Amino acid sequence: QDMTEKELLKMELDQLKKEVKNERQMISKTGKELKDYIESMAGEDPLLKGVPEDKNPFKEKGGCTIS
Amino acid sequence: MCDQTFLAIVFGPCDKCFKEKPLRPVYIKSEQLSYCSLCVEMMATEGLHENETLASLKNEAESLKGKLEEERAKLHDVELHQVAERVEALGQFVMKTRRTLKGHGNKVLCMDWCKDKRRIVSSSQDGKVIVWDSFTTNKEHAVTMPCTWVMACAYAPSGCAIACGGLDNKCSVYPLTFDKNENMAAKKKSVAMHTNYLSACSFTNSDMQILTASGDGTCALWDVESGQLLQSFHGHGADVLCLDLAPSETGNTFVSGGCDKKAMVWDMRSGQCIQSFETHDSDINSVRYYPSGDAFASGSDDATCRLYDLRADREVAIYSKESIIFGASSVDFSLSGRLLFAGYNDYTINVWDVLKGSRVSILFGHENRVSTLRVSPDGTAFCSGSWDHTLRV
Repeated sequence: QDMTEKELLKMELDQLKKEVKNERQMISKTGKELKDYIESMAGEDPLLKGVPEDKNPFKEKGGCTIS
Repeated sequence: MCDQTFLAIVFGPCDKCFKEKPLRPVYIKSEQLSYCSLCVEMMATEGLHENETLASLKNEAESLKGKLEEERAKLHDVELHQVAERVEALGQFVMKTRRTLKGHGNKVLCMDWCKDKRRIVSSSQDGKVIVWDSFTTNKEHAVTMPCTWVMACAYAPSGCAIACGGLDNKCSVYPLTFDKNENMAAKKKSVAMHTNYLSACSFTNSDMQILTASGDGTCALWDVESGQLLQSFHGHGADVLCLDLAPSETGNTFVSGGCDKKAMVWDMRSGQCIQSFETHDSDINSVRYYPSGDAFASGSDDATCRLYDLRADREVAIYSKESIIFGASSVDFSLSGRLLFAGYNDYTINVWDVLKGSRVSILFGHENRVSTLRVSPDGTAFCSGSWDHTLRV
């Protein structure tokens, strides 16, 4: 990039000033929300609970299938 | 007797103030100019002033960073795994490779799933981009790019086109056609132009816009039809290696990670960086949003993966083990977000329990680095691509 060091620093400074003002929440709250989300979706997660062989589209095929 | 050389005094217009005065030669950035003595004085003090402001700016930046850390630390009242203490631990996992997609002539660099949950597009160092049907392992389309190291590829939401790019510094969109007589390369559309290699690309919610990340340190949003640049995102201090779009419900943001060890979250409409996180010790190779959109994970050359909570504005978990010393090249979440799959340069894939921070499983099988990894849209499987020229589902 062809900006002077001063200009780059100014940009960084402006960005930092903005970030300091961001709204934040406590981890106890947001962490809980993450956990709740997972628990609500876990029932639907095929990689988590496994897929019955007959429903698994990636199951190795046995005999020939003619489509 | 010493020789005395006299300075020849040149009289003329000063290069700075243009007044007619006696001039002195002055060197600025290896160019020789002639300034009058007044301007020389001014320039000398300006130089000093310049240094002062530079130093004071640096100090201000440092103190702001400190303040930011302080603010973030205030919210660090618990660890994620403490919140998750009462969650059931996960049992043993058995995950097998169900399909091996062979056909690339060289390292597989990138892949993406189609929304139909079965097609996959992958790109390789040999310049080939292939569309596979993962159920049958058939190759449905193949295109040879004019460049090698196609580092990025993406499937359009409609399933009717793919985008790819790499060392050609461009992102090109190829509509997928089932007409055997049509040459795919003929319909190619160059959409994005960067000044360095393309490292990542992704369609937004529609086929009409593409987001790109490049070695030139910027990300950009393009209109596919016109090839016009809609928005550019400046802020990374080095190559941007990866990006991921927020899941549609949570709005118009995306996260990018780069060689400057920073992960930055951007507002797509304004081009502004909303938040940035700099806790990794090395290049961030991959970023992926958590399914709910409130967090994202990153994988880095420092051999760790980390989870950042966007609302708490900080890193909330680190997934690492002393025994893992190779960089993580690619990360993705399972459907619920409970599992984090990460592909590493030591040829393995580690599966982490997102909440507890522990490793659930290691998957072996690739014979070279795992370079890319994506969970299918419905979560029934995940595909990994490797430098061993194959993809595994």
